[in-house]
Amino acid sequence: MLKIEGLSKSFDGFMAVSNVSLDVKKGEIVAVIGPNGAGKSTLFNLISGVLKPDSGRIIFKGENIAGLPSHAICKKGLSRSFQIVNVFERMTVFENVQISIMAREKMNWNFFTPSSRVLIEETMQILASVGLTEKKDSVCGLLSHGDRKVLEIAVALGGNPEFLILDEPTAGMAPEETGRCIDLIKGLCDRFGLTILFCEHDMELVFAIASRIMVMTRGATLIQGSCDEVRGNQAVQDVYLGGSEVC
Amino acid sequence: MMHRGLSKRNWGIAAAVLAFLLLLPLFLPRFYVYQISLILVYGLLATSLNIVLGYGGVFQFHHCVFYGMGGYATALFLTKTGLPFVVSFAAGGVFAAILSFLMGLITIRLSKLYFGMLQISLGSLVWAIIYRWYSFTGGDDGIHGIELPDLVSSPRGSYYFTLAVTLLCLFVIYKILKSPFGSVLQGIRDNPVRSGMVGINVKRHILAALIIAGFFGGVAGSLFVVVDRTVFPDMLFWTLSLEVLVMCLIGGWFKFFGPMLGAAIVIALRTFVSGFTVYWALVYGIVMIFVIFFLPDGVLGFFEEKIKPAKGRAIADKG
Repeated sequence: MLKIEGLSKSFDGFMAVSNVSLDVKKGEIVAVIGPNGAGKSTLFNLISGVLKPDSGRIIFKGENIAGLPSHAICKKGLSRSFQIVNVFERMTVFENVQISIMAREKMNWNFFTPSSRVLIEETMQILASVGLTEKKDSVCGLLSHGDRKVLEIAVALGGNPEFLILDEPTAGMAPEETGRCIDLIKGLCDRFGLTILFCEHDMELVFAIASRIMVMTRGATLIQGSCDEVRGNQAVQDVYLGGSEVC
Repeated sequence: MMHRGLSKRNWGIAAAVLAFLLLLPLFLPRFYVYQISLILVYGLLATSLNIVLGYGGVFQFHHCVFYGMGGYATALFLTKTGLPFVVSFAAGGVFAAILSFLMGLITIRLSKLYFGMLQISLGSLVWAIIYRWYSFTGGDDGIHGIELPDLVSSPRGSYYFTLAVTLLCLFVIYKILKSPFGSVLQGIRDNPVRSGMVGINVKRHILAALIIAGFFGGVAGSLFVVVDRTVFPDMLFWTLSLEVLVMCLIGGWFKFFGPMLGAAIVIALRTFVSGFTVYWALVYGIVMIFVIFFLPDGVLGFFEEKIKPAKGRAIADKG
């Protein structure tokens, strides 16, 4: 579904992502792992159109999307969430998700229907599927960190994506919240048939839900393979895990 | 933000204000009626700026260009053509919207402060053209003693006309801001990057908002012609833009009626304080400092915060 070939991006001569290749098939959950500064977030920014790549191709559903603006990429069915919560701070949880659906429904040129009367059902459905129904009227600046991370995913879901990119979905979460998040991500894949690409530092989470793992270091792909392959790979253990046994 | 309509209390306030405004010319002297008309004009101007400033997060530093453009368009149509008043009046908003579109095409390429700086430069260019083009615009003299039809030429007539147009415009702006277009605009204000990420063409959306703001700014300019029967280059000088920006800040730029209240406060200050001292700007500056330090959400934001418990109860009652 998503195929990346020879993707590179440098910042002032520093190769943040160099010659990365990645292959994600429909319905898979693929994890990207790697030490801090390995270029995971940059890779996601390139795929979602926040940054323009220097070279390489990003083939999404048979079409090269490298260099397209982010709104155009979103329209093709690729949404993402952010590592640092990136939502509409002054608005309520409900409105946050509603805006995302409005954009998908191309409703942003509707000038005269009150917003409070449109897309109520669709919004409530998404809120219910992530378990935020009760908090729908809270201003999101006042939510707990865990709820904000979930809202972050809910906003991405508003675009009704086929492909979802999650940048450290559980960063900073308490253990019980992490469990909730694992269930949520698995549910999205099983129930809605979403293909998911995510990066994460929590190895427990990675091995629990990923069908395949790609390891990055210093901007380049080290290996892409199944959990067992990655677990058993000597190079991964040396670079990423400092030689110790995984888990 | 999810209120369905106005609460009972707000309806009461609205009705009282409306009754006051309607009956006003019957007992107030002409001078004060004129001042209230000015407040309405500047209030509409500030509210139109706030579409992009408070709701869109755009640093529109030179909004008065559209105000002046509207005023000049109406004045020139009235003095140089024989077209009916309605057409001349409508020309104000339309020409301002066109100018806003053209300027927006250029300024939209930048964001935040850079947007504002570029806008000041482009706006000053328009000012310079009007200031220098004696044969057409009257240069720094402006155009005076503009003939108006009987209906709006009397002080009372012009007041009621101004009131009606202002209320109509406020209603339309309110509807627009509460529509999906307005919601998306507020989303862009809070987070432009994420807005693009959910599929919104941020630049095109902002450009549309700029055109709308320009249009209503232009209508305010046309109204000024009805109130004052003159236009002059100062209408689009950047200091006036600053003053309108200050009106939004004083009143509260995250509230719909904030700019209107800000306009009332600034005009009232100017009118009354300048009766006592020529240094009225000093008093104005001190008020400004106090507002910024103690009322960061503006005067209206402050008072809404004060009556919030009552409002919270009203929402709870509704379910």
